[in-house]
Amino acid sequence: MSDSSSANHPPLSILAYCCEHCAYAAADLAGSLRMQYPPNIRIVRLPCTGKIDVLIILQALEDGADGVMVAGCLPGDCHFLEGNVNAKRRVKHIRNLLGEIGLEPERVRMYQLSSAMAGEFVRISEEMTREIEKLGPNPLKKNQR
Amino acid sequence: MIIAEQKKLSEITALLGDASKVLVIGCGTCVTVCFAGGSREAAILAASLRMSTQLAGNGKQVADVTVQRQCEWEYLDQIAEQVKEADILLSLGCGIGVQAIAEHFPDKWVVPGLNTSFLGLPVEQGIWSERCAACGDCILGLTGGICPIARCSKSLLNGPCGGSEAGHCEVSKDIPCAWQLIYDRLSSLGKVEMLYELQPPKNWQKARDGGPRKITREDLLLGEKED
Repeated sequence: MSDSSSANHPPLSILAYCCEHCAYAAADLAGSLRMQYPPNIRIVRLPCTGKIDVLIILQALEDGADGVMVAGCLPGDCHFLEGNVNAKRRVKHIRNLLGEIGLEPERVRMYQLSSAMAGEFVRISEEMTREIEKLGPNPLKKNQR
Repeated sequence: MIIAEQKKLSEITALLGDASKVLVIGCGTCVTVCFAGGSREAAILAASLRMSTQLAGNGKQVADVTVQRQCEWEYLDQIAEQVKEADILLSLGCGIGVQAIAEHFPDKWVVPGLNTSFLGLPVEQGIWSERCAACGDCILGLTGGICPIARCSKSLLNGPCGGSEAGHCEVSKDIPCAWQLIYDRLSSLGKVEMLYELQPPKNWQKARDGGPRKITREDLLLGEKED
C-alpha cells in the first residue's frame, strides 16, 4: 500500500474510468508486464470516455471517492471519433462545478493515452495518487465524519 | 420550446436559506430538452447541494423528483406526498412551473433554480437561439418564416435599420440581422416584392403591453358553466 494507508485515515480510493480501447488495455498490459501501479486505483471499464457523465463523477465523489480520473484515447484516436474530446469538455465542466461546490477541482483529472502505453498508465496512476495524497482524503467521506 | 439556464449554485443556496429538507423538482418537458432542469439536472443539483452544504457544515437533506410537466395540476398531484415532507421546494421548471407549484401547494415556499430565458430552439447541440417573442399576433406569413419581432434587436416591421452591417446586427457580430435573413429568404423564393408592402404599426395590446393574457376556449370547457 502507498503511504496513504499509514496515516490515521483509510487508504485513498481513486476511481479510474478507463476507455476499453486504450487506458483499460494499457492497464491490462501493465499487469501482463508485471509493472506496479498504486493499489488505490480502482478501474471502471467504459466502452468510451464519451460515456462519462457529470452525475457519475459527482456520485463517486459524494460516495467518498478521493479522486476520479478519466482516461481516454489520444487526441484523434477515439474509436467513436470524438468521445474523448466530449469527455474532456465534461471533465472541465465538472471541475468548475466542484469549485462552486467547495471541493478541490484537482480531485478530477482527464488523461489521454493509447493501449500500448502501459508505462504511461503507471505514470498517470502514480501522478494521480501523489496529487490526491497532497489534497488528503475527501472531506465528504462518510466514515471520516 | 422554453429555454432556460440554471442559476449559480451560490444564488440557489442563498435562496434556500436555512431550510433543512429540500425537494428539487425537475420538469420533463422543455427544460429537459434544453438540459437545464430535467431529471438528470435535478439529480446533479441535488447532489451538488448535499455536497456543498455538508462541506459548509450545515448539511441539508436534498431529494429530487421529476414530473412530466410542472405546468399541469395533474402532474403536480403525483408529488403531493414528497412535497408534504419538504421544508422548501426548489423548482427546476421555467417560471410557469415555479408559479404552478406555488399555486398548487399554497402552504409551501417555492424558489426558482432556473432563469427562464426565451422561446427558441437548439441550433446545434449545446447552442440555443431565440425564435419567438409570443407577441400574440403572428406575422411570420409576411416575412418568410423569420420573425423580426424576436430576431431583430429593434423588432422592426419594415427593416432593416442602419445598424445592419454585412448581414449582422450592430448590437453584436454574433446576431444575424433578421431583416437580412428575411430579404435573403424572400429573394431565394422569388417573393422579394412582398417587402414593398409597408406594414402598419403593430397592435402591441395582443402582446405583453395589453397586460397579462388569457385564452378561453368555450368548446373545451367541461361541465355546465354560467354564461
